[in-house]
Amino acid sequence: MALMQGQKDAVAARLAGLPAPAASGWLADAQAKAEVLLLAQALPTRRDEYWRYTDPASLVAAEAPPAKRFDPGDEVPAFDGIDRLKLVFVDGVFDPEASDDPTLAGVVIERLADAGRVAGHWAQSLYGVLAARGQTPVARPFATLATSRARDGVVIRVTAKAARPVALVYVHAADTSDAVLHHVVKLEAGAELTLLESGPGAARLTKVMEVEVGEGAAFHHIRVQGRDHDRRAATHVFAHVGAGALFKSFTLTANGRLTRNEAVVDLAGAGARAHLAGAAVGDGAFHHDDTVFITHSAPGCESRQVFKKVLMNGAVGVFQGKILVKPAAQKTDGYQISQSLLLDGDSQFLAKPELEIYADDVKCSHGSTSGAIDETALFYLQSRGVPRPTKPWPKTSAAGRRAGCNAMPRGGEDDRHHRPSGQLEKPPAGPASPPGARGLGTLCLHPASRVPDPDLHRPMAGRGT
Amino acid sequence: MLTISNLHVKLEDEDKVILRGVNLTVGAGEVHAIMGPNGSGKSTLSYVLAGREGYAVTEGSATLEGEELLAMEPEARAAAGLFLAFQYPVEIPGVGNMTFLRTAVNAQKKSRGEPELSAAEFLKLVREKAKTLKIDADMLKRPVNVGFSGGEKKRNEILQMAMLEPRMCILDETDSGLDVDAMKLVAEGVNALRGAGRSFLVITHYQRLLDHIKPDVVHIMAAGQIIRTGGPELALEVEANGYADILAGGN
Repeated sequence: MALMQGQKDAVAARLAGLPAPAASGWLADAQAKAEVLLLAQALPTRRDEYWRYTDPASLVAAEAPPAKRFDPGDEVPAFDGIDRLKLVFVDGVFDPEASDDPTLAGVVIERLADAGRVAGHWAQSLYGVLAARGQTPVARPFATLATSRARDGVVIRVTAKAARPVALVYVHAADTSDAVLHHVVKLEAGAELTLLESGPGAARLTKVMEVEVGEGAAFHHIRVQGRDHDRRAATHVFAHVGAGALFKSFTLTANGRLTRNEAVVDLAGAGARAHLAGAAVGDGAFHHDDTVFITHSAPGCESRQVFKKVLMNGAVGVFQGKILVKPAAQKTDGYQISQSLLLDGDSQFLAKPELEIYADDVKCSHGSTSGAIDETALFYLQSRGVPRPTKPWPKTSAAGRRAGCNAMPRGGEDDRHHRPSGQLEKPPAGPASPPGARGLGTLCLHPASRVPDPDLHRPMAGRGT
Repeated sequence: MLTISNLHVKLEDEDKVILRGVNLTVGAGEVHAIMGPNGSGKSTLSYVLAGREGYAVTEGSATLEGEELLAMEPEARAAAGLFLAFQYPVEIPGVGNMTFLRTAVNAQKKSRGEPELSAAEFLKLVREKAKTLKIDADMLKRPVNVGFSGGEKKRNEILQMAMLEPRMCILDETDSGLDVDAMKLVAEGVNALRGAGRSFLVITHYQRLLDHIKPDVVHIMAAGQIIRTGGPELALEVEANGYADILAGGN
C-alpha cells in the first residue's frame, strides 16, 4: 500500500534528526537497504494493531524529548560485584576510555564500524538479516530504523564458553540525546555467553540486538533498563536459536516514561529453548510495553514467556505476546503468562496474548492476571510486624481479592548470580511517589491469589476505558 | 499481660453484633483456653485483638501490658509482643518463607529499636528452630504457605511464633485440620515456648488439644460473652457433656 505523504514526511523528519550515515563497506550497503525498507514501512501510529496500546508519537518525533538523568544516590549499580567485561556507550557512542580491554578467551568483540569495513566479515550475514526476517508478518519500523542509522554497536562472536559475562553499559549524558545502536552476537555451536545490559543509554534509545545461537549453544541475557524518569526506549532483540540451543532473556525495568521492548525469537532447530521474562515497576508517568513474538519452527522446542508488572499512580503496562507454531513444530511446549499488580485505580494493564498453531501435537498455554494485593495477605504480613507503606493502598474490591498476581522477578534457575542487586530495593520514586514510600521488591508487593478473573483481564483500547 | 474489658464488637459494614462485653485477664506466664460453640465469637476476638479490619469496637478496651492495643496498627501490636496463630494461615505466592520470616523478625526488631539480625545470624536461628518443628529446608524456601499441607501450615505458624518470640500468643483453632501426630508436634512446639512469662490464649473447639497444651484457666464463650470460667476440668466437662448444659446454666 502506498504511503501517505504525512507518513513519508514523518520518516524523513525522523531520519533527518539523526546524524547522516557514516558507515562504509558492507555495513553501508546493509544500512542503505534498511533505509529503503523503512521508507516502505513508515513509522507506526496508534492505528497500527501492535501499537494500539502504546502511543509511538514520542519515538517517532524528529527530536528526542528531553530527559533528565536519574540521581542514583547510594543505589548499588546494576551487576555491581560481578566480574564482567565492561563496554561503555555514552549517549549511544562507544567510549573506549571507560571500557575494559575487550579481550576475552573464546570471545571476539569488535566495534560495529570496524567490522563493517572488513569484506566478508561474519557479521555481514547477520546484520539486519535476522531483524528483517523477524518482521514478517509484523513490521517493526523502529528496528529497521536502528539497522539503517545505527551510529554504533558491537559485534560479538563466541566460540567457546566465555570466561566471564560481557556487560554493555549505556550511559545517558545529554538531556536530549538520541541514541541508535545495533549489536550482533553470534554463538558458535556449543558456545556460551552471558550478556548484561544496563543503563538508560540516552534520552531516547532505539536499539536492535541480533543473536544467532548455534547448535547446543547457550545465550543468557540479563538487562536492567535505566532509572531515568523521562527516558524513552524502543529496543528489539531478534534471535535465531539452533538445535538444542538455549536463549534466555530477563529484563528489569523501573522508571522510564516510555519503554517498548520487543523480542522476536525463532526456535529454528529441534529441541531449542527460549525463556523470556521481564519485571517492571512503574510509578506515575510510566508506560512499559513488552511485545514478544516466538516462532516454533522445529519440533520439540520449548518457549516460556513470563512478564510481571507492578503499577501505581497511573502507570501503564502492556503485554503483547504471541506464540506461532509452524506445521513442522510437533511436540512444541509453549507457555506464556503476564501478570500485573495494580496498586491503585488509576493504573492500567493491557494484555493481548496470541496463539497461532498449525501443528496438532503441541502443548501451548497462556494466562494473564491482574489485580490488587489481597487484603488478607496484607493483614497476615502486618500481623507479623511488616508495616504497610506510608501511603495507604486502596481497598480492593471483592473481585480484586479473588485476583492478583505474582510480581517477584524471576529470571529462571540459571540467573542465580546475575540478579541485578540493589535495583529493587528502593521505591521507583516517580514524580508521584508518596513521601516516604517504602522499597519495592520487598514483601508488600506480593499478592495472595493467582486465580485469573476474566472481569479483571480486559484488553482495552485506551486509557480510561 | 492481656486485659480485655467489656469489649463490644460489631461488623463494620453491618449491624451484626458479635462480641457483647467480653471480660478476660490473662496473667504473665498463664495459659488460658477459650472454648465455645460455632459462632460464639472466639475467632472474632482473636482478629480484633490482632487488628484485622472489618470490625468496629463499639465499647470496651484491650490492653497488652498496660498498652492500649486497639488503637495500634496490626504491625505495632506484633512489635508490642502480640502474635496470632491463624486458623487458616494465608498463602502468599511469590514471597519465600525465609524472606518473609527474616523481614518480619527484623521489622519487629527495628520497630523496637533493637539491632536487626544479619543474614548469617538469622539463618542459624531459623535452621535451629525449624529443626525442632521438623520443618525441612524445602519448606523454608517455598512461598509462604503455598502448597503446604494443613499440618505444614500450622507448624509454619509455630515456627513464626518461635522466631518472633512474642509475649502474648493467641492460637486460633490451631488443632483444626490436624491429625493426632501433627497436633502433638504443634503442641510440643507451643510447650517449648511456654515459660519466661510468655502467655497463651488457646482457642479451640475440642478438649483434645488441651491434653497436650495444659491450660491454667478455661473459659467458655457463647453469644459474644464469656459465660463460664474454670480450671482444666471445665474442658473435660465440655468434652463429656457438650455445650448444651453449660449454655443452659450460664454462669
